[in-house]
Amino acid sequence: MARVVVDVMLKPEILDPQGQAVQRALPRLGFKGIADVRQGKRFELEVDGPVDDAALARIHEMAETFLANTVIEDFFVKVEEEK
Amino acid sequence: MTLDTVKHAAETPDVKLPWAELGLKEDEYARVREILGRRPTGAELAMYSVMWSEHCSYKSSKVHLRQFGEKAPDNDAMLVGIGENAGVVDVGNGYAVTFKVESHNHPSYVEPYQGAATGVGGIVRDIIAMGARPVAVVDPLRMGAADHPDTKRVLPGVVAGIGGYGNCLGLPNIGGELVFDACYQGNPLVNAGAIGVMRHEDIHLAKASGPGNKVILYGARTGGDGIGGASILASETFDDTKPSKRPAVQVGDPFQEKLLIECTLEAFAEKLVVGIQDLGAAGLSCATSELASNGSGGMRVELDDVPLRDSTLTPEEILMSESQERMCAVVEPEKVERFLAICEKWDVIATVVGEVTDGDRLEIFWHGEKIVDLDPRTVAHDGPVYERPYARPKWQDALQADDANKLARPASSKELREQVLAVVASPNQASKAWVTDQYDRFVQGNTVLAQPEDSGMVRIDEETGLGVALANDGNGRYSKLDPYAGAQLALSEAYRNVAATGAKPLAVSDCLNFGSPEDPDVMWQFAETTRGLADACQILGTPVTGGNVSLYNQTGEAAIHPTPVVSVLGVIDDVARRTPIAFAEEGQLLYLLGDTSEEFGGSAWSQVVHDHLGGLPPKVDLERERLLAEILISGSRDGMIDAAHDLSDGGLAQAVAESCLRGGKGARLVVPDGLDAFTLLFSESAGRAVVSVPRSEELRFTDMCGARGLPATRIGVVDGDAVELQGEFTLPLTEIREAYEGTLPGLFA
Repeated sequence: MARVVVDVMLKPEILDPQGQAVQRALPRLGFKGIADVRQGKRFELEVDGPVDDAALARIHEMAETFLANTVIEDFFVKVEEEK
Repeated sequence: MTLDTVKHAAETPDVKLPWAELGLKEDEYARVREILGRRPTGAELAMYSVMWSEHCSYKSSKVHLRQFGEKAPDNDAMLVGIGENAGVVDVGNGYAVTFKVESHNHPSYVEPYQGAATGVGGIVRDIIAMGARPVAVVDPLRMGAADHPDTKRVLPGVVAGIGGYGNCLGLPNIGGELVFDACYQGNPLVNAGAIGVMRHEDIHLAKASGPGNKVILYGARTGGDGIGGASILASETFDDTKPSKRPAVQVGDPFQEKLLIECTLEAFAEKLVVGIQDLGAAGLSCATSELASNGSGGMRVELDDVPLRDSTLTPEEILMSESQERMCAVVEPEKVERFLAICEKWDVIATVVGEVTDGDRLEIFWHGEKIVDLDPRTVAHDGPVYERPYARPKWQDALQADDANKLARPASSKELREQVLAVVASPNQASKAWVTDQYDRFVQGNTVLAQPEDSGMVRIDEETGLGVALANDGNGRYSKLDPYAGAQLALSEAYRNVAATGAKPLAVSDCLNFGSPEDPDVMWQFAETTRGLADACQILGTPVTGGNVSLYNQTGEAAIHPTPVVSVLGVIDDVARRTPIAFAEEGQLLYLLGDTSEEFGGSAWSQVVHDHLGGLPPKVDLERERLLAEILISGSRDGMIDAAHDLSDGGLAQAVAESCLRGGKGARLVVPDGLDAFTLLFSESAGRAVVSVPRSEELRFTDMCGARGLPATRIGVVDGDAVELQGEFTLPLTEIREAYEGTLPGLFA
């Protein structure tokens, strides 16, 4: 089985209230020196069968229509090593 | 990249600017040049283009909206009228209430969750900018066909967005509407309303006066949200290295907004604020030019001091950004320190970005260079005004001639029974609990009535029980058939809904949703709507205190139905005396108030059974509406009626079904003399309500109606666990409930 990872991040110019909340909390907890935090989502997809072009195309479609809201989010697909 | 300063602009008159891409017309751009006596800088062009847009300048609608002022009835309750962030009315005991409805239609279609959420955020900031504490929100919605796949994308997102933002703010959502129609498929309407409460002395206005006073921007940092237009300026003219397209979508942060509410109200309480303005459409361009032009006119702003989320923003983008959760306050110098301290306490970023100056120029600086130098009135108030051509559409006569009274009526009792169930189960008539259950209706503990009652009602004074009621109504089908009557029927229905709960109607806000003003057909609909609404407000004595116009709700040639959403605010001395819709006491008598005639044009029955839209809407009788309202209010105050439900779309069949289900009791009905069963059940004649009267009060109630000249016909009694129409059919409540409550969950859950 192969694993494909889809990372979903808010587009850079879109406000990220969660990331901001984390950033505000850091200095209060003693972690200094972080200028900005942005928080995203990571999907780990275990693929049945080979990760060929067709499978990747399907995963792209899945990410574009379901995993990510492409109006406000970008996504990045990467294939991890076979186990 | 060279900075386009005022000096540079004066020296380079021939530089071409992308005014057309920013939405300005050729003559509008010529006027900007004439006003300035030179070409505008990029920043000035950004400001003019966004402030002279339809959305901000009301350039197509202004000439018609004037009627709301010219025909405004004398009304002692009106404290602040049209033109401020929101209107304010006196509700007694030293309390004032502000309320307004706005549209967030297009953003909600592009990104339903965030579009609807930021719609709630925007209207709430309008309320706090008046000095009031927001106490409730409402959301009238129009969606495409209920069974269309895209409606499944838009509606659940919109509802979740409204719930997510409103619930986080701790504001009860006390009402609204949901109507499906294929005409809204590509242009769903998401209107958002809010109510705020304050003491009379706490009213604040959007103006910057007193030279030397500081301009403070507070709330969220400014980012690249919602600046589709400005990026054209940035990318095509001054800097080719930037992303060419910024998204038009804004993301809201309700927790930031909650902090903004508390921080603003604390600053008000300590009397630290001279003038205030929220940042909505057109962001800083709008806030600075409006604050300045409503004051003495002079203001100097250092754009470098604006806190940014994205350091690559150009000055044009900063001026146009629509980042959410920001406000702008004008504060006297000696109070600035205290104001900033309050902001810090609430963890709200606040920065002095400028000051009020002598004179009448708005000057904006970037890196020490002057990039804007203009008279703020020319941006904020003296925009273009269009007398758009309008003409009664050619198809209007044919539409009105297609009489709904000719449609085939049920031939048997069995068919009549089936049609009652079909209407009750249709998406527009069915229970909206699937939507409203996602909203918090009772947070704060002051909600007295909420959906599915006729209007929402909240208590505003615990000691006396003083409360306010708000109803929103608008029937696009009626308006399509006759926009003048449609607007008056929308007002009539909202007015009636407020009175049905026992509250006295006081004032009106409206959100007017239409197609393209460049289409003379649409412009005629708009002109007729405003004329109808202004005339009716004059007769009913309820002034329009403010509102919003949303145009260009159009896909290709096809415009939406003309959809005026009318909100009526009412006041009730003691919320303990409110009238609910529930028929709850067996043995009580049911009276139909008003006259019922064969009026089926635009009706729910014609839509559900025949998929038909034609003929004329029900007749308007405003004097009758006023009389009916007086009877409903007196009946409630004197304990003569225990339940009341207004009759509107779906007619008596719908009203009785809802009241019976709400109270868990059935009703035995008879067809009164002079009417047939079908007309009794489905006619949508205006000026009617059904009331439940205790037997001990019957004589007193009928005497009152008789003396005042309001027809009151006994049509039955609350009894059993079925709705029975004598000689026609029996419908067990369980069967009605299944039909009424199953539809929306079946479609969207």
